[in-house]
Amino acid sequence: MNASYQQPSLLGSVFTLDHFLRGEHGTITAIETDVELRQRLAALGLRAGATFQVLRKAGLGGPIHVRVGTTEVIMRLNEAKRIKAASLLNDLAAP
Amino acid sequence: MKKIVLIGMPNSGKSSLLNRLTGSSAKVGNWPGLTVSVLSAKLIVGDQMAQLIDLPGIYDLSGFSEDEKVVTTYLNTQKPDLIVFMMNASQADRQTTLLSQVSACGVPVAIVMNMADEAHALGITIKVDALSQKLGLPTCLLSAKYGQGTEQLQKLMREGLKSGPARTLSPAEVEHALKGSVEVPAQASHLLTERIDKVLLHPWLGLPIFLGVMLLLFEGVFSIGKPMQDAMSWFFTNVRTQALEPLFSGLPQLLQGLLLDGLYNGVSTVASFVPLIILFFLFLGVVEDTGYLSRAAYLMDALMSKFGMDGRSFVMLLMGFGCNVPALMGTRVIRSKGLRYLTMLSIPFSLCSARLQVFVLFIAAMFTTEQAPWVLFSLYLVSIAMAMLTSLIFKNKYVNIDAFVLEIPPYRWPTFRQMVLKGWQEVRNFLLRTTRFIMLGVLLIWVLTNFPQGAAAGSSDTWAGQLSHWMAPLFNPLGINEQLTIALVFGFVAKEVVIGALAVIYGHEGQALIDAIVQNIDWISAYSFMLFALIYTPCVSTIATIRSETKSWAFTALSVAWPMCVAWLVSFMFYQTATWVHLHA
Repeated sequence: MNASYQQPSLLGSVFTLDHFLRGEHGTITAIETDVELRQRLAALGLRAGATFQVLRKAGLGGPIHVRVGTTEVIMRLNEAKRIKAASLLNDLAAP
Repeated sequence: MKKIVLIGMPNSGKSSLLNRLTGSSAKVGNWPGLTVSVLSAKLIVGDQMAQLIDLPGIYDLSGFSEDEKVVTTYLNTQKPDLIVFMMNASQADRQTTLLSQVSACGVPVAIVMNMADEAHALGITIKVDALSQKLGLPTCLLSAKYGQGTEQLQKLMREGLKSGPARTLSPAEVEHALKGSVEVPAQASHLLTERIDKVLLHPWLGLPIFLGVMLLLFEGVFSIGKPMQDAMSWFFTNVRTQALEPLFSGLPQLLQGLLLDGLYNGVSTVASFVPLIILFFLFLGVVEDTGYLSRAAYLMDALMSKFGMDGRSFVMLLMGFGCNVPALMGTRVIRSKGLRYLTMLSIPFSLCSARLQVFVLFIAAMFTTEQAPWVLFSLYLVSIAMAMLTSLIFKNKYVNIDAFVLEIPPYRWPTFRQMVLKGWQEVRNFLLRTTRFIMLGVLLIWVLTNFPQGAAAGSSDTWAGQLSHWMAPLFNPLGINEQLTIALVFGFVAKEVVIGALAVIYGHEGQALIDAIVQNIDWISAYSFMLFALIYTPCVSTIATIRSETKSWAFTALSVAWPMCVAWLVSFMFYQTATWVHLHA
């Protein structure tokens, strides 16, 4: 894990999704993937402008679990790295 | 006959709707040009017959995934008379693009907002009439699972069939229409699901709970399934001894053999899988329909991704320890072809209950009571190691190209009706598609072990015996003698017949058979034989299932050849090393 994961992210700063903490809210600013994955993510509600919350992250570098609207999605950190988002707030204390 | 297709995203409940409308009459069938089987059924709409077709769930019509290609190929080649667009009513906002694409197909479109019950529970209000008017498409609310709103659906399809091709709607138009007629409260989340996930996806508790659930499931399927399987085999044996044998006793010996050991054995082999498949899909249905299977993917991914697989592969591998056949069929939940093939290549290494019988006999004969559990345990370890090794070796050939992005549905109660229908469909599927292949395999082995004419069954005079003799240079370095090689040939049919085959080959049964084996081989040979029996092809039914699931002869050939090579190598290394150590220690 790199350093920015350890520290609570700052309000309004833009990170890639894999750096978001458990409980943290964010707004997607950009999705930098091929068309294929962009379509898939959009169909699941993950598109620029959408707000989400990180519900949990699996241990040992496992997937991240996020909620967008009424949809819940898991994805590998590899995929999460391609999503940029602005941090909004964290209503859960990170463990 | 009118063709009505169901199109929608995964988890929008298309299959539930098809099952709701047509019950057990739905059939899995193949379509020209389509790489996957689709479920379809006939039903009456108004005064005409129609065929309802359930295409795979997709996210985007312009996509390149396997399923998306299937849907576009279908739409281009079959020209349906009506598209029923299935929507998850509580997630309407993210389905605008797909609906817009569907409206541009030049086909009449009707919209079903499914899972109305869930949307209602979330406090979502939907003005169906307003939506229908704005989109210019017939629309209805439905709960396919509980059957609420099915009457409206009939009306919807009647209207839809009468209407002309849908007007092409832009995503913005769809979005606008939805905004005006669907109201989602600010805080719409599944509270119960959240609470359950806090426990089931807990950082430390999640994994142990998952393994516990899997253990229960496994126990459930096979502790209920085993007696059912035994009852089935008791029934088939009795029909044979009480009815068929007396009936055929007047026939020439050879014809008797063909009918009883060839054909009838084939039928009973096929039948012996039926209870297991029903139970497996009943239980898998619970895991899948509740939404736990995608959680399993979350929990196991960190580990399984190293082997090129995911948590769903793990569930299937685990179920393979009971019986490989339903586990192979179960991989259908994995929509990525590479991942599915990789899982299917690994499953046959799972030490199934049929192989266990052979090992129990050999271990009891060759090892002390203290050694026995450890010997068996070592075989389980080899089984897991081989599955993982295979996955590691082939993960670059069968690459999981689809990104790992999975929807996690809210927890849902599976309905009994749905599960039973699914179990029934799978059994019928298995019977229809594999029976011929299994019969052929059983027949072939019968010919090998009974011909040329005059040779005693299973003896060294038969073709199987000659084959074993011819292969002796290959099997001698493994410490596997010619008699045991014949048993391995029999083992192709099913591992259950290996012991029976040995009884025929050695001319003894029960304790006398064990004594005969002990006299003929030492423990190193016995263990080498077990290793080989563990790793090479589990049974003809497994091959038949792989063939029917992939429709690829090349892949089927690989799934037979690869384990065979591994079996030889592992047995060779073990036997040579153990013999060397034994001589020099």
